[in-house]
Amino acid sequence: MKKTFLIIGREYLSRVKKKSFLLVTFLVPLLFLGMWGGAIALSIQDTGTVSTIKVIDESSLILSKLEESPSLKFEAADLPADEEKDRLKESENQHLLIIPADILESEHMQLLSSQKASLFVQKAIEDQVADIIKETRLTQAGIDIRTLESMEPKVRITSLEITAAGEEQESNAGIAMGIGLFATFMIYLTLFIYGSQVMRGVIEEKNNRVVEVIISSVKPFQLMMGKILGIGLVGLTQFLLWIILSGALFTVGGIILADQMPDTFNAEQMSQMSSADPAQEEMQNNIIQDIQGSLAGVDFPYLIACFLFYFLGGYLLYSALFAAVGSAVDNETESQQFMLPITMPLIFTYIMAFSVLMKDPHGPIGFWLSMIPLTSPIAMMIRIPYGVPMWELALSMALLVGGFLLTTWVAARIYRVGILMYGKKASYKELIKWFSYKR
Amino acid sequence: MLEVKDIVKEYAKHRALDGVSFSISKGSIFGLLGPNGAGKTSLIRIINQITGPDEGQIFFDGELLNESHISRIGYLPEERGLYKKMMIGEQMIYLAQLKGLSKSQALERSKTWFERMEMETWWNKKIEDLSKGMQQKVQFVATVIHEPELIILDEPFSGFDPVNVDIIKKEILNLNKKGATIIFSTHRMESVEELCDSIVLINKSKKILDGRVSEIKNSYRTHTFRVGYEGQQPLPASPLFNVLSSTATESGTRATIEVLNGASINQVLSHLITQIEIQELVEIMPSIHDIFVKQVTANH
Repeated sequence: MKKTFLIIGREYLSRVKKKSFLLVTFLVPLLFLGMWGGAIALSIQDTGTVSTIKVIDESSLILSKLEESPSLKFEAADLPADEEKDRLKESENQHLLIIPADILESEHMQLLSSQKASLFVQKAIEDQVADIIKETRLTQAGIDIRTLESMEPKVRITSLEITAAGEEQESNAGIAMGIGLFATFMIYLTLFIYGSQVMRGVIEEKNNRVVEVIISSVKPFQLMMGKILGIGLVGLTQFLLWIILSGALFTVGGIILADQMPDTFNAEQMSQMSSADPAQEEMQNNIIQDIQGSLAGVDFPYLIACFLFYFLGGYLLYSALFAAVGSAVDNETESQQFMLPITMPLIFTYIMAFSVLMKDPHGPIGFWLSMIPLTSPIAMMIRIPYGVPMWELALSMALLVGGFLLTTWVAARIYRVGILMYGKKASYKELIKWFSYKR
Repeated sequence: MLEVKDIVKEYAKHRALDGVSFSISKGSIFGLLGPNGAGKTSLIRIINQITGPDEGQIFFDGELLNESHISRIGYLPEERGLYKKMMIGEQMIYLAQLKGLSKSQALERSKTWFERMEMETWWNKKIEDLSKGMQQKVQFVATVIHEPELIILDEPFSGFDPVNVDIIKKEILNLNKKGATIIFSTHRMESVEELCDSIVLINKSKKILDGRVSEIKNSYRTHTFRVGYEGQQPLPASPLFNVLSSTATESGTRATIEVLNGASINQVLSHLITQIEIQELVEIMPSIHDIFVKQVTANH
């Protein structure tokens, strides 16, 4: 036992002390922050190119009502259509919009562009023109727009979940889905990252030939478990640091962003506020309250506990298999043939999670995938935010524990023989033979 | 010290060891000899409890081999290797701790050994920055740092330059003098012949012979002698011996003779002394290698 701790310590420290560990630990939250900040900055600033649109309005209904935006400018064409078309060829970000006289009936226009018009430009024009036509028609029919808008119903649902304790808990399917998808993605990613680290570690020891020195002091099983647990601890450390760092960075980053762009931010907020009528404003507030309510309804300690359990369970199960593969080969390229059956269930469940399980978390497929130990870490994580009956969770966890005990046992039997086989290309037949050796 | 009893080890269809038995007495230097693939490494791995035998037992100091013996054995495998990216000092302490030393013990002994082997400056270096010979020195220290009672060296001198071979040999003999039992395993029999006091010869998974080197050599005496004498004349014929070969040298002639019919060398000498001026007379003892070849061919 003491020796296993020694091995865990070496595996853990040798990885945590590496520069690449620090780099990844600090860069990943920065990357997240960068992506988040970038998205916000883009949506606020909208500093895209300005497209100028020359308009030939044969109906004389539309042009005067088109509204300019920072990225779209409308101008009346001062030349006939043919000459404008010629001019278009020599310019950049120029478009020519031809509105026919019968636009109200045909609802069809032509947009000619120097380059292919972006979807954004097309959509913006379509929306504006559609609004103008609608308004025109309403006016022609004698209907007041304000009256109509105030009559439009704004229905929304507050969904409540009756918990076992009989409380009504606010639930939000969108948030459950978001949390589920994120947790699933993290489990999928980390199983691969840390699993292959175990494999590489085993291959390294085998290649260095240090393995024979070590197993003359400890049992192969101790070496394998020490490596698996040591690297698992590295994974947990990284998670912890990521959570802390991301939290800190998001807070700091949020303050900096809000500080740097108060004008744009406020201006936009102001314009939104002023344009929105009281009903709309109230609705926005309600949505925000909704999300806050649902977030408060999410049992984060429970979720994190489940996440850590399924990460550890899945990691122990898969890393044992990765260790067995590492012991059977002499270098990483050779490992490909054995990797396929290991990665298949992972990839399969991941795809299922994003297609079937997301829509139907409690269906038969979801149930079975979250019971089979090879697939349950991924499948269960997407189901948990939606709420899973206690007995299902308990059964799935018990099966996962049983599963990793089984794979560890199988892997250890292959490992103890494999690490001493140099320069021998192993086949599946060979692995079965190794497995059946007595000692 | 170690008693190996009827060990059988099988891999799938291949029998690596077939009823091998021998014993090693405390404080001896023992040679485990045989060609490549004879089963030496399989046997060593069983003694180190890396693998287990299918049949038979091994007794360490009278006790059935068990886990508590691991820290009393030091093993230098044929396939050398250490962690390439780990600091040498750190690595030494790690390996010593795995053998059951406490951290402070490990540190203290590492320092002593590093000084003794003139490796002090290597403490903070990585293995990959050292030459092959230097790596071997580190590995040797790692093998003996926990002061094992039994030291098993598999192909100990391969990869060392002559200077380091002498250093390592000296250290091994020194450890032996302090009471450690040494097992040399090698297919290059001539390299350890003069060091070993007992040997076992293994070929094709089976023991061919074992015993004290002097006794084995005695029983395989061929009664051949080398005679050096003055002058170029051939040796006179005699019923006491056969002349196997004769070559002229600067100072005279050197002949190899085989003593016949149980005659003693003294009889031969008294016969020769009357006829030639003798410069030397030496018995040609068979080398372990010769004995091995003789045994293997005889068994066919």
